[in-house]
Amino acid sequence: MATTNRRRPARSAKSSEELLGFYRQMLLVRRFEERTAQAYTEAKIGGYCHLNLGEEATVVGLMAAIEERDYLFTNYRDHGYALIRGMDPGRVMAELYGRQDGVSKGWGGSMHLFDTDVRQLGGYGIVGGQLPLAAGAALAVSYRDGDEVVMCQMGDGTTNIGAFHETLNMASLWDLPIVFVVVNNQLGMGTTVEVSSAEPELYKRASAYRMESARVDGNDVIAVRDAAKLAVERARKEQKPYLLETVSGRLKGHSVVDPAAYRSKDEIEAVRAQDPVAGLHDRLVGDGVAKVDELAEIDAEIGRIVKAAVEFADKSPAPEVSSLFDYTYASPVPNDSRRLPGEALFPTEPGNQPADPLFPVGA
Amino acid sequence: MTLSIGKALNAALRDAMREDDTVLMFGEDVGALGGVFRVTDGLAAEFGDRCFDTPLAEAGIVGMAVGMAMNGFRPVVEMQFDAFAYPAFEQIASHVAKMRNRTRGAVNLPMVIRVPYAGGIGGVEHHSDSSEAYYAHTPGLKVVTPATVADAYSLLREAIADPDPVVFMEAKKLYWAKDEVSLPVTTAPFGTAEVRREGTDATLVAYGPAVPVALEAAAAAAEDGRSLEVVDLRTLVPFDDSAVAESVRKTGRCVVVAEATGFAGVSAEIAARVQERCFHSLWAPVLRVTGWDVPYPPPVLEKYHLPGVDRVLDTVDRLQWDDVPDPRFLVPEQAT
Repeated sequence: MATTNRRRPARSAKSSEELLGFYRQMLLVRRFEERTAQAYTEAKIGGYCHLNLGEEATVVGLMAAIEERDYLFTNYRDHGYALIRGMDPGRVMAELYGRQDGVSKGWGGSMHLFDTDVRQLGGYGIVGGQLPLAAGAALAVSYRDGDEVVMCQMGDGTTNIGAFHETLNMASLWDLPIVFVVVNNQLGMGTTVEVSSAEPELYKRASAYRMESARVDGNDVIAVRDAAKLAVERARKEQKPYLLETVSGRLKGHSVVDPAAYRSKDEIEAVRAQDPVAGLHDRLVGDGVAKVDELAEIDAEIGRIVKAAVEFADKSPAPEVSSLFDYTYASPVPNDSRRLPGEALFPTEPGNQPADPLFPVGA
Repeated sequence: MTLSIGKALNAALRDAMREDDTVLMFGEDVGALGGVFRVTDGLAAEFGDRCFDTPLAEAGIVGMAVGMAMNGFRPVVEMQFDAFAYPAFEQIASHVAKMRNRTRGAVNLPMVIRVPYAGGIGGVEHHSDSSEAYYAHTPGLKVVTPATVADAYSLLREAIADPDPVVFMEAKKLYWAKDEVSLPVTTAPFGTAEVRREGTDATLVAYGPAVPVALEAAAAAAEDGRSLEVVDLRTLVPFDDSAVAESVRKTGRCVVVAEATGFAGVSAEIAARVQERCFHSLWAPVLRVTGWDVPYPPPVLEKYHLPGVDRVLDTVDRLQWDDVPDPRFLVPEQAT
C-alpha cells in the first residue's frame, strides 16, 4: 500500500489560489445538489436521483487529478463529476429534468450523464456495470499505445459484485492504464460496509490481484487530489492499474426519496461534523486564505449559476414522442411495432391489402 | 470448394481481421486452442495479440468489448456455450443494447457476441440452450443465425461491419454441415429471409438448426404429394415480415419450426405476426413445432425434444386440409 499524502498546503499564493478554486467547485456541487433535491420534491425531476452531498471533496479532488485527455466512467451518483469535468450546469440540470437540451437529450437522466466532449463516458445505473467497460476503454488505449488514463469510479457496495473481481483481475493481468476509485461513503443504500464486506478495508481487496492500492480521507480535497494524482501518473507512466479508496460520508439518504431512517442521530451528527465544504470553509478562514465575506461572495456567485441552470432546464422542451424511435439502432430495423393512435398498422410492407381495415395505408 | 460452417466462420473472422485492424477477437480459449469448436483456429498465430484468451469472466468479457467499441475498435467476443453467456446478460441487456439509445446516438457499439447455441450434439443442459428469445426480446440488439455455409461467412462479415451490436448465434450441430461455396461470398443482407424450397400448399418458417429439419420434412412431404415451401429467416432481428407474409399469403397455411421451447418464444412471435398480416389468407391456424417447455433433456431423450421430421409432418397434417366451411358462418344461399 502506498502511504497517503496528508501534508498541509504551503501558504503560497499559488496554493491559496488553488484551494479557493477547489472551494468554489465544491460549493458548485453542494448548491447544485441541494437545488436538485428541491427540484425533485417539486416533481420537476422523475425517476431516481442520487446526490453527491458529503462527497464534494472527493469529487473535486479526483477531477483535479485527471487531465482533459483522460476518460471517466462513474456510477449513478454522477452529477458532481459531470459539473467539475466541464459539462454545462444548465445542460446537466436539463438532463435531470428529462428535457431536450440535456446532455443526452433527456434520455440518460440523473444516472447516465454522458458527454464524449469531456470524455465522461457515463454514468451507469447498474452497480458494477461500468467496470468492465472502463477496462475495455483502457485496453483500447493500451492497444493504441496511447497516453490516456481511464478513471473508473464506483461505490463501496460495488466491491462485492462479480464484475469488480472480473475487471480488477483483467486490468492487472493486462497492465491496463486505469485507476479504480472506490468512493466509500460507508453505506450501500442502507447496509453498512461492515455488514456487507468480509474485508471492510476495501482498498486491501486489490492485493488479491497484485494491484497497488491506498485509502485516503475523502473529506480532504488536497489529500484526495494528491493520492489520485499519484495513481493516475503511475497508470500513465508504468501502465499499471491502481485502486484508490476514499472514505467520506453521505449527508443525505441513498437517493432523494430515501429518508435514511436506518441511521441514528449520532451517526448523522458524526457525518455532519466532517462536512467537507464547511471544513474547507473554516480552513480557508482559519489559515487566512480568505475572509468570510469573500467566501460568501463565491457562494452568491455559485447561487446565480445554479439559478441560471434551473431556469435553462425549466425552459427546455420535453422530448418529442417521435424521438422514441430515433436511436435504438444505427441502421434500419423495421420489425419494431411503432404505431401511435391513428397510424397505419404496417405502413411500410408491400402486399398490404387496401380493402382490409387493418391496412389503411395504400388505400 | 467444399467447406463446413465452422470453417466458413473461421474464414470470415480471418478476412475481417485482415481487412480491418480494429477488428479484435477474444474470449475463453479462443487463442492457442482456437475455441471449443475451432472457429478461431489459427487466428492467434496469424494476428498475435489481436486474438487473445481471457479469464472465465463472461460479464467482464462482454463489458470489455463495450468499452473497446466505445473507443474505436470492432471487437468480436465468443461465449463458449449458450448458457455460458448468461453471466454476461446484465451487460448485454443493460448496456450493449441500450448504449446508443441512452446516448442519443453519440456512441455506437459495433461489436459482435458470438454464441454457439442449440442442441443435437448430446450436450446436456448448459450446453444446448436455444437462448435466442432473450436477445430478440431486447430492443437494441440484432440477432442473426445462419443455416448455410454461404450465410455463415456472409452474415458474420456483415455482423462485424454493422454499426450495431449483433448477437451472432451459431447452431452447434450445423458447425460440421458442408456445402460447395467459393469465398468470399456475399449473400442477402440482414433482414432478408430466403425461400430455401418453393412450394404451394403450406409454408414452413424456420431458422438456424431447424432449417435442415424443415427441408427434410418438405422433401418427405413431396413424396406424399404435398408441396411445402421452406422460408429460412436468417436474421431474427431485423425480421423479414414481407417475405414470410408473401409466402403464407400464397400457400394459405403456415407451420413455424424452431428448436427453442415454444412458450413465449420467437416461434410465438412469428405465429403472431403471420396471423396479424395474413388472417384473410389463412385456411388453418398457424401451428408450431418447438422444443417442449422443459429444461434441456439428457442425450438419450434429446431426439424427443427436438423438432424432427415426423413431428413437422404430423403438424402439417393438422392444417385442416379437409375442412369444409362451417355453415353457421355462411350466408344462406351458400349453405346448401
